[in-house]
Amino acid sequence: MQKVRHRLLLLAPLAAFLLVFFAGPMAGLLSKSVREVEVPRALPRTIEALEGWHYGAPLPPAVFTEFASDLVIARENGTLAHAARRLNYEIPGLRTTIMRASKKVGAAPEGTRFDSAFFAELDPNLASPEFFAVVQRARGPVSGFYLLSALDLQRGFNGDIGWAPEEYRIYIDVLFRTLLISGSVTLGCILLGFPLAHLLTSVSEKTADWLIVLVLLPFWTSLLVRTAGWVVLLQREGLINKTLIDLGFLAEPLDLIYNRTGVLISMTHVLLPFMILPLYGVLKGIPPLYMKAAASLGAGPITRFFWVYLPLAAPGLVAGGLMVFIQALGYYITPALVGGASDQMLSFFVANYTTDTGNWGMAATLGLIMLILTLVLYAIAQRLSGGRTQLAG
Amino acid sequence: MSLWKLLYWTFCAAILVYLIAPILVVIPLSFSSGNLVSYPLPGFSLQWYEEVLFGDKWIKAIANSLFVGVLATVLSVALGTLSALGLARSQSGWAGAIKMLFIAPMIVPVILIAVSSYFFMAPLGLTNSYLGLVLGHTIIAVPFVVLPVLTALELLDPNLSRAAAACGATPRFAFLSVTLPIIMPAMASGALFAFATSFDDVVVALFLAGPDQRTLPKELFTAMRSPMTPAYTAVATLMILFSTSLFILMQRLQRRARAQQK
Repeated sequence: MQKVRHRLLLLAPLAAFLLVFFAGPMAGLLSKSVREVEVPRALPRTIEALEGWHYGAPLPPAVFTEFASDLVIARENGTLAHAARRLNYEIPGLRTTIMRASKKVGAAPEGTRFDSAFFAELDPNLASPEFFAVVQRARGPVSGFYLLSALDLQRGFNGDIGWAPEEYRIYIDVLFRTLLISGSVTLGCILLGFPLAHLLTSVSEKTADWLIVLVLLPFWTSLLVRTAGWVVLLQREGLINKTLIDLGFLAEPLDLIYNRTGVLISMTHVLLPFMILPLYGVLKGIPPLYMKAAASLGAGPITRFFWVYLPLAAPGLVAGGLMVFIQALGYYITPALVGGASDQMLSFFVANYTTDTGNWGMAATLGLIMLILTLVLYAIAQRLSGGRTQLAG
Repeated sequence: MSLWKLLYWTFCAAILVYLIAPILVVIPLSFSSGNLVSYPLPGFSLQWYEEVLFGDKWIKAIANSLFVGVLATVLSVALGTLSALGLARSQSGWAGAIKMLFIAPMIVPVILIAVSSYFFMAPLGLTNSYLGLVLGHTIIAVPFVVLPVLTALELLDPNLSRAAAACGATPRFAFLSVTLPIIMPAMASGALFAFATSFDDVVVALFLAGPDQRTLPKELFTAMRSPMTPAYTAVATLMILFSTSLFILMQRLQRRARAQQK
């Protein structure tokens, strides 16, 4: 009993710290993917007046007067702009319309009747049942709007789920692009990491130690230093283009950076050590005797490789590959610096929606997708490697 | 056969060049007398080092990075070592769950930690403050302390502390004179990893650091979004020097830890 108390006392500080500053905020972030806060905060009276109404039925006349008072109050307490932005996601153009309507209502002379005609004159959208259907759906406390959007889906005004309009269907592309880039980087790491890890097992221990230093040095060097190195090498007037032109292989410089090529080259470089180190550990454990035994039974080098060596190396390849893939999924810095503007991955959208456009719901939803993918793959890697897989060298 | 071998060796040599080249190419550029980050160099000069070391911008960033890194390391080592002591040799189910919590920041993509901390800290006034940045770095650095210390503790022979007790040592004395010296190398390598994590972080700093807390990587990140000058390569060269020394230190520590285990 005493011992358990001791243990808990020792664990408490870090557990409390991580619960408050890591797990709590993470849950808070993820909850933003389903929470609706902007519209209920700004338009509570409108929502109340819509109680019991459904799309297709005539709008209760009281809705318009309540909407008018919400517009004025919400603008005063600063909640209107957020709600307008939220509604704009579903009916493009609404944002400016709502802000304008709020000014108009505020400036209207005493005794003006705020009815359907008043708002229809400002913008037919504001008097339409479609608009109020959207308001009603965003009344909170939760909705599936962002989750559907992340799959390029949306709910029609009558509640049916269908494809989002063409110009909004970007997220499945982003997801596939992220998976494709991560997959290519993983493949690159396997193709480069396997021969090198094998080389490490076939030289003397002393040489291997030196070669490992060459693998670990980039691992310890700041990511930004390495990225700068790639800029120096890959830019249009960079070392590689210059050399190839001087040697006469090229007439025009190649575009090697600020596009997919640059991302793949530098991300593979960053993640290669994460492939080589675990793989080397596995390959070192394969007794050379097995290959000799296979040879003595008449297997040629190719048969030996595919039927003996590769199956024995597979756990290392899978574990290393999954670790590389997981890390590539969430990569932000390298693609942001050497990638193309229209070729960004999930992480870019999470960051961009958080700081630039303020679409927090979407940032949270894309983050949720990234987190689920990461955790599932990590669990698989753990299962396959018997719990030994680690991200650190 | 020997042709294959030749091909294989060439391929491996090419991979090693691929690993090292981007680090080596920035070094000569830092001594350039020109303004461009490209070869051939027009001449030799130390002007960029002068700009970096005697200007305010980079020195401030270096100081910030060291300051935040040291604080985050101290906090990580303290919290991480205590919790590793609490976790070691515990068989119960809750210990597994707590261990998951402790290493989770290593698995969860950093961008999500940065964004969630940003949302959490902004209303508390912790963004754009040293405290917020130190706490953010502690989150991502602490698993690198917990894991090695926990490993060292699990390898520790439990009979050692029993022997100490049998010799009349109080638990406190036994801890200070037996356990602590043995886990020291693990704590030191955890501390180095924690420091390197903080020192290398861009993502958390991008979201939590204000203009006053600009760290070296954050400054470099900003600089890289506009055309590079050789000043950048001078900073990069200094960072290579620094990280190589950290690396050598790390190798020494690990060698010592391995020797101890044998």
